[in-house]
Amino acid sequence: MASSICLCLLRAVFLVCFVNPLIQGLSGDVNLVQDPRHRLEKNLTGLSIVTFDWHHVQTPYLVITWVFVAGLAKLSVIELNHHVISVVPESGLLIILGFILGGIVWGADKAQTFKLLPPTFFYYLLPQIILDASYFMPNKLFFSNLGSILIYAIFGTCWNAATVGLSLWGCYEAGVMGNLDIGLLQFLLFGSLIAAVDPVAVIAVFEEVHVNEVLFILVFGESLLNDGVTVVLYNVFDAFVALGGPRIDAEEIFKGIFSFVVVAFGGSFLGVVFAVLLSLLTRCTKHIQIIEAGFVFVVGYLAYLTADMLSLSAILSVTFCGICCQKYVNANMDEKSVTTVRHAMKVLANGSETMIFVFLGITAIDTEIWVWNTGFILLTLLFVFIYRIIGVFLLTWMLNKFRLVPIEVIDQVVMSYGGLRGAVAYGLAAMLDKDKIPEKNLIISTTLIVVYFTVILQGITMKPLVQWLKVKRAAHADLKLIEKLNNRAFDHILSAVEDICGRIGDNWWTRGWNRFEENYISWLLMKPKARKNRDYLFSIFHKLNLEDAVNYVSEGERQGSLAFIRSDEVANVDFKKQFGSEFTDVMPDIMVDMSNYELGIENFSVTSIVKDTIPSVSLDIHGKDRKNVADDINAHHLLQQHLYRSRKNHRHKFSRSHFSINQSEDEVQEIFQRTMRSRLESFKSAKMGVNPAKKITKHHKKDLTHKVKDFHDASFTWIAQLYPTHSSLPWLMETDAVAPSQRAQWRLLWTPNRLRRLAPMRVSTCSTDSFLMADLEEHEEKPQTDHEEEM
Amino acid sequence: MGSTNSTLLKIPNVEVLMQETGFSPAHIIRLHDRFKALDKEGRGHLCPHDFGAIKELAMNPIGDRIIGAFFSPGKETVDFHTFVKILAHFRPVDKDRPKEPNSPEPINSRSNKLKFAFQLYDQDKDGKISRDELLQVLRAMLGMQVTDEQLESIADRTIQEADLDRDDTISFEEFRKSLEKINIDHKMSIRFLR
Repeated sequence: MASSICLCLLRAVFLVCFVNPLIQGLSGDVNLVQDPRHRLEKNLTGLSIVTFDWHHVQTPYLVITWVFVAGLAKLSVIELNHHVISVVPESGLLIILGFILGGIVWGADKAQTFKLLPPTFFYYLLPQIILDASYFMPNKLFFSNLGSILIYAIFGTCWNAATVGLSLWGCYEAGVMGNLDIGLLQFLLFGSLIAAVDPVAVIAVFEEVHVNEVLFILVFGESLLNDGVTVVLYNVFDAFVALGGPRIDAEEIFKGIFSFVVVAFGGSFLGVVFAVLLSLLTRCTKHIQIIEAGFVFVVGYLAYLTADMLSLSAILSVTFCGICCQKYVNANMDEKSVTTVRHAMKVLANGSETMIFVFLGITAIDTEIWVWNTGFILLTLLFVFIYRIIGVFLLTWMLNKFRLVPIEVIDQVVMSYGGLRGAVAYGLAAMLDKDKIPEKNLIISTTLIVVYFTVILQGITMKPLVQWLKVKRAAHADLKLIEKLNNRAFDHILSAVEDICGRIGDNWWTRGWNRFEENYISWLLMKPKARKNRDYLFSIFHKLNLEDAVNYVSEGERQGSLAFIRSDEVANVDFKKQFGSEFTDVMPDIMVDMSNYELGIENFSVTSIVKDTIPSVSLDIHGKDRKNVADDINAHHLLQQHLYRSRKNHRHKFSRSHFSINQSEDEVQEIFQRTMRSRLESFKSAKMGVNPAKKITKHHKKDLTHKVKDFHDASFTWIAQLYPTHSSLPWLMETDAVAPSQRAQWRLLWTPNRLRRLAPMRVSTCSTDSFLMADLEEHEEKPQTDHEEEM
Repeated sequence: MGSTNSTLLKIPNVEVLMQETGFSPAHIIRLHDRFKALDKEGRGHLCPHDFGAIKELAMNPIGDRIIGAFFSPGKETVDFHTFVKILAHFRPVDKDRPKEPNSPEPINSRSNKLKFAFQLYDQDKDGKISRDELLQVLRAMLGMQVTDEQLESIADRTIQEADLDRDDTISFEEFRKSLEKINIDHKMSIRFLR
């Protein structure tokens, strides 16, 4: 708390310091030479050792200072959210902070020198946000819901624009708003710019409210794609206003409709062209991998600017560029470049978003633009809100007749409430021509108020609303254990059956497209090496091994001193004191005979892993408390905590600040390894004629070594038999579903020569998965050697 | 889809199928397409590893059991009829079906849905869920942090709550009774199979 106050004060100080020289600079000498190196003054009396030269660095300095200020703002907002209550979403807080800063500047300057100018917004702040959104877009989800998204984007936006414009005009004619110099066309123009749901605001608010993924993708996709409509409507009505009422006839209207087709599809097509360009570029950068990452940003920005130059929809262009290039760029680029791009993308997007919201706040503190017309403003708010709700419910009712999985009422409510307006609307309003539209200031004021209302107020109330609605729908009675268990089991059963039925509609089109894409497009756009790696088990296990290595080391370092003595013979791992004395007798001294590994796993001896006297080594720190808790509460609590979540309960995949792939990774990993283990077992038993064990796998030390030996034979043949063709390997079907790795937390490092997984030290009571999975990697030897031979 | 009739004709006994399951022709065709898509080698029936190729099922804790439910005991393959019949369990219940006393219950009735779920627990098909079987299901559905003792205590309490005749197993009747409050129609229906 204190730190955030300090930061605020610091910022205020900065600003005042810099505003003053600015004032001096503005009123100072205009005809001073602008050449940065030329520092001679007019009346040079002697050599000045150091000079203060504000003019030379003015522009870049101000820009950088504002970026810095925005960063500080974000920092203080996050700190505020952490230490104080987090009720207002970050975007709302940033706007409020913008108010304060604007007040400071206004106070120093008596004029708002730092407004959010439309060119700055549209050319420097918006493109990276859209690029970030599209680069991380969950493609499969997007395309499977594309129909609904398009309906909402196109018809929803048109509906909003038309109804808001017409209603406002109707009310104006009825005299509610007093005297304004405004006509029907201008109302329609206003309607079109206020109608669009804003992607920046949507991301900002929905990030904090976790809704299910379909709902998220519908709102998010709609906010991205409606730009096509907005641009067209805005330009069309702008032109109509310029032309004047009488000159609009059927021809012009047809031209308007046609321009929609051209702008929207043209923009998208341009985006795809740039995506292809980018993929080809990354395909060719084998020898200069360091600049690969730069290409992504440069080409993305080019896509935006080119579309804008051709008066096509720039947002659509960047969106499709990002969506289409994801897969190929990620496959072609070096791992480090991929990470760089992802991080940089997030940094830029976060920074831009922060700046946008701060400036939205600052821009408000400006007496020049404020025109207050109660009727206009209140009616606008009302209509925007109501028509959004009506529009969403109407369209959803129509869509539900055709969708495979209908959209529920609660989702519709969230969708209509989540129709937030943001900076794009303000940018469009600020670009209006004052001569043609005399009431420009009124429009700007109203737009700002709508933006603040939606972002701050709707942002604040969104989360409580969602929780209240969900709570209302859930059963009130406290469920019994068996009911809870069965509830979850039914969720899983449903997901499984949906998958078996092919819920997305595994029809001719998707299969045909997949085949086409695999054969032709990937051939063109992906590096040959990347294409081959798609099929190999090896690349997955390579990634898993790397992940495990990183986890192991960081875990070990975190736990305290992890003293390794690595020698060829023996690795001595010494687990010391983070756990306190209770565990020293429990934690064994672990020594594994490393020399065995050279010979192959037949001699795998996991000899002294656990001392015989200890049945299980568990790092369950609360183990002692366990006995004291009442069984009943314990059982309920356990079920609640540990039941695997099904698809319905998982979070959405897009986030502004992290880019983890999937649902809860731990759970997915565990489920996956269990399934694979049981398949291995059943196949092995089928092969060897052994009855599959019906009881729960308890931890038997003897069984381990026994099973370890048997698996070596069965495992590889199982893989070969079960998955005859590489492309049908289940976890390699999609590039974005990464097969999870195993989180054994204590492991020996493998020797540098062998990428073999060693048995984990931590022996859990739960299952022997870790040991068995450790052997699954044995056959990675074979593809690895193949790979090495090829290289 | 102008070839609906011809596709329908290709499927043997499609009339009987539609009547038994209650699916409309459009659904049968969609399911047939899906069946063919899963049956990559075009043999006309599915085996376990066709199901295994569905990636998401590997991420489902009880996915393998559900796959097993498609295969009748002893059989190694699933033909289209069986496939559709099993999926018919997940049709939403027809609310306005006339209650004829003599006609057999439709596949998607509440009690048949429950029977399907019951079979998933009861692997040895003796009509009762024993403690061991329950333990197995619990093991599959709970995360790895749960130890064996905790698991057993959960299983014990679960049986205690549901078991009315104190035989330490859960019969189908007890199962059904314990799930009275749950809206099975909602939880075990896939709406697009309506």
